[in-house]
Amino acid sequence: MNSLILRTTTMLLITILLLFSVFLLLRGHDLPGGGFIGGLTAAAAVALYVLAFGAQAANDMVRVRPRALLGVGLTAAVAAGLIAVLFGTPFLTGHWLIIDLPGSAEVKLSTVLLFDVGVYLVVVGTVLTMLFALEGQ
Amino acid sequence: MEVPFAVMVGVLFASGLYLMMQRNLMRFVFGLLVLSGSVNVLIFTAGRLTRGAAPVIPAGLSTPAGEVANALPQAVVLTAIVIGFGLIVFTLVLLLRVYERLGTVKTDELGDALVRLDDEDEV
Amino acid sequence: MLSAVLAAFAVALVAPLLAQRLGARAGWWLALLPAGLFAWYLTYLPAVAAGESVLEATAWVPRLGVTLAMRMDGLSLLMALIVTGIGVAIVIYAGGYLKGDPALPRFYLILLGFMAAMLGLVTSDDLISLFVFWELTSITSYFLVGFKHQYADSRASALQALLVTAGGGLAMLAGFLMIIAITGSTSISGLIADPATLLASPLLPAVIVLVAIGAFTKSAQFPFHFWLPNAMAAPTPVSAYLHSATMVKAGVYLLARLAPVFTGEPLWVWLLSLIGAATIVAAAGLSLFRRDSKALLAYSTIVALATMVMLIGLGGEYAGTAAVVFLLAHALYKAPLFMVAGSVDHEAGSRDITALRGVGRAMPFTWAAALLAGVSAAGLPPLFGFVAKELALEALLDTRAWLLVPFVGAGAVLLLIAVLVAWRPFAGREIQAPKAVHEAPLSMLVGPLVLAGAGVVLGFAPYLVGDALLVPAAAAVIGAPYAFDLYLWHGLTPALGLSALTIALGVLLTWRWRALHDALRARLGDSRVGPAGVYQRFIDGLVPFAQAFTRRVQPDDLRTHLTVITAVAVLATGLTGLVKGSLRLGLAHTPGYFYEYLVMAVVVAAALAAVRAHRRLPAITALGVLGFGIAIVFVFFAAPDLAITQFLVETLIVIIVALVMMRLPRHSLREEDNRAVRAVAATVATLAGLLIASLTLAVTAGPLDARVSDFFAAESYPSALGRNIVNVILVDFRAIDTLGEITVLVVAAVGVYALLRRRDRSRDPHDVEPPRGSAASDGGDT
Repeated sequence: MNSLILRTTTMLLITILLLFSVFLLLRGHDLPGGGFIGGLTAAAAVALYVLAFGAQAANDMVRVRPRALLGVGLTAAVAAGLIAVLFGTPFLTGHWLIIDLPGSAEVKLSTVLLFDVGVYLVVVGTVLTMLFALEGQ
Repeated sequence: MEVPFAVMVGVLFASGLYLMMQRNLMRFVFGLLVLSGSVNVLIFTAGRLTRGAAPVIPAGLSTPAGEVANALPQAVVLTAIVIGFGLIVFTLVLLLRVYERLGTVKTDELGDALVRLDDEDEV
Repeated sequence: MLSAVLAAFAVALVAPLLAQRLGARAGWWLALLPAGLFAWYLTYLPAVAAGESVLEATAWVPRLGVTLAMRMDGLSLLMALIVTGIGVAIVIYAGGYLKGDPALPRFYLILLGFMAAMLGLVTSDDLISLFVFWELTSITSYFLVGFKHQYADSRASALQALLVTAGGGLAMLAGFLMIIAITGSTSISGLIADPATLLASPLLPAVIVLVAIGAFTKSAQFPFHFWLPNAMAAPTPVSAYLHSATMVKAGVYLLARLAPVFTGEPLWVWLLSLIGAATIVAAAGLSLFRRDSKALLAYSTIVALATMVMLIGLGGEYAGTAAVVFLLAHALYKAPLFMVAGSVDHEAGSRDITALRGVGRAMPFTWAAALLAGVSAAGLPPLFGFVAKELALEALLDTRAWLLVPFVGAGAVLLLIAVLVAWRPFAGREIQAPKAVHEAPLSMLVGPLVLAGAGVVLGFAPYLVGDALLVPAAAAVIGAPYAFDLYLWHGLTPALGLSALTIALGVLLTWRWRALHDALRARLGDSRVGPAGVYQRFIDGLVPFAQAFTRRVQPDDLRTHLTVITAVAVLATGLTGLVKGSLRLGLAHTPGYFYEYLVMAVVVAAALAAVRAHRRLPAITALGVLGFGIAIVFVFFAAPDLAITQFLVETLIVIIVALVMMRLPRHSLREEDNRAVRAVAATVATLAGLLIASLTLAVTAGPLDARVSDFFAAESYPSALGRNIVNVILVDFRAIDTLGEITVLVVAAVGVYALLRRRDRSRDPHDVEPPRGSAASDGGDT
């Protein structure tokens, strides 16, 4: 797998895949996608990078420690639940903030989205922690 | 389609179990993988089979247009797949550590190998 | 009634604190609890005397239909008054007997806890709560028998008492569960009012035997009698309370309670009367070997309990009456006899009746109590024990005269033991006792004197308790009201003649006791045969058996574990499905397309290839094909989210499996098991596969309860503003599940990290070093 083709394609693909994973995460509430799928896509992208350039390079590219993603993700998910408590509703009840933009566009911000972002981060963190731990010896 | 699904679930289940009941732990992990695939399909099938109508509500409507696939087993199986991933990797790494420490992945040799290891540690 | 039990438990809990604060006088103060309860129970007397029973129900486990139903009728009231009344005497007595013992606070905790459980037992009107209280008495008894836990004997006796009575309790529970399954109710009064369903059931013999085993173990009937003499390792107040007056009567109480249900059944009659007779013979014979006052009293308790069992088994009006009167009479004389034996032990230093003579001179009040209780125990007029014995004789004459043989023998032995305990150590010229003999303190005199005095009063005036208490109690045993009068003098009846015969035999036995006792001991000694030996062999064999069995089905080898577990699961599920006929294989048929069959065939082929693959590359390939095939199946059947997830996970798994396998030896996938092991594994696996396939068919053929799914589909957009129902379920409807699941992922990731990090603590593997070569690039083994 030390091939020039793989490395070149990977360089091309990695940005697209990572962007696509965020896209999958954000559209997940209305179309196939979501935190699990988006997270797995991002993780697969990094896995491809590991195969092409090795774990050290992948680690340099990712910059953050995958273990930190675990903590941040779990915290985000729990925070999404606690916001509902602040509003006086049961833990993890969904709350929305819908902002109308000029034209017919709108932006939906919600605790549900925050929760899904938490799932995304945990999934990415899990896969990368495992991958780097295995490869980084 | 229910009969072929049952056959598929049954064959996968049997293959997975057979692999798990062997002394080679690597085969055990493979068996675990096949077995979880079987169970995932079983749960999916139990929610009934629907073609072509994903459980998604089209834009402009507030409820699904007509009959759609059962979303509940899909959600259950989705998490099961991801959790299964975590479980398999954990098992694999455990196995790897066992091999590095004890020098074997044969189930019947592990006990003796552990005892030997304890003896060495005491020395 | 429940409040009384709960109050007793509550006081038991604070009793240790009180005992510490109050010091030497704790016994007197704590006796206020049983005394108060006794007075409170007396308030039920008018209603009970009028033939009513008072009901009280509190929901306990409503979803299982278990209520804490309590009921007060004559029999319950009689038992409750015995438990609390004798409780007063015992609590005071224990204060003197265990004076200065640092463990006294703990003793009160358990003793009062026992009393509360016993009160719950005798007032329960629900089979389940009765069982719970029943086991609570067994457990408290365990702690009390093992009170002197520094002695191995004590511990062994405690364990024996627990195993025998709790084991019997389990048999009883099985019987209760059968009753509940048959009648659909846990109510005891309901069962008594309408036993027809139970009596018509083919399981009736099993119910009778199981319930009787529970009663026999608790009341120390043959062949379970041996635990009671050993339980004398307990401090004397415990022996007097639990092992003569109350707990061992729980078995008799249960039989009496259920007597109206079973009374016409030949199995019930024969089982109870034969076991009762056998117990009398066994206990009477064994008592001749003993010279320890408490052991002798234990055997006489067994004989008395056996008499009650026999009478309850006989049934009918006379026998029912006699059983109830005997119950009260026995409690009134046996508890004081135990206390007296304990006092002598305490003050003179011995329980060996041949080692003491003439202690009565120094202990006149103790002797007086001993004599009063002893005369009643011997069944001599004019005490209450005589009244009871006459009634029993008449009942036997009335029904099965052949049972008179064991009964007359029982009377003679009871007389012998009464003389040995209440006369022999006290009378005669003083000999050197192990301790300088003193009269017992007041706390140890009040109880025996009052209780034994009650026996005298009731002997002359049995009508004091007759109509108000004993008639309603007997009515509960007989199953119908039956008015009777109790007399000391019955006239010149055949019963009186038999009574005289009993006494004559007893006197003869007493006269020749020493010679008989010495001869028996010399001949047979302490040979360990009979049920006690069986118990010992059972206990001795249990641990090796358990070890051998565990080694067989759960050896170190994971294979065997899995095979055994799977085989049992498959057999249990499969056989249940076959027997119950619930494996109905409907062939619900959704038509299929060629390409669907093709993909599924590939998945099946990949699974079989994975089984066959012995090298790394083919095995990983097979797994990959299998996973992607399943993903395609998800695409066909309208599950895009699943399909995407499956694709991604499968990709990652293949990568990680490859990474791990490169670090394992080349031959790590080779199939190395021998033919036999493989055949067993293949058989078990095939059966399991067949079962799962049938379950799949059975499930898809049955009706689908789609209420939850429909709710999610209908509310996904209106309530949760999401169009992808699967995602809405994950992050909104069932978000807390998902939270749990991502927590599991975190744990798995941290676990992997920790496992691999431990390899070399000197560096942090996260801060990745340049890989040795590119580990991923030298993969593949072909």
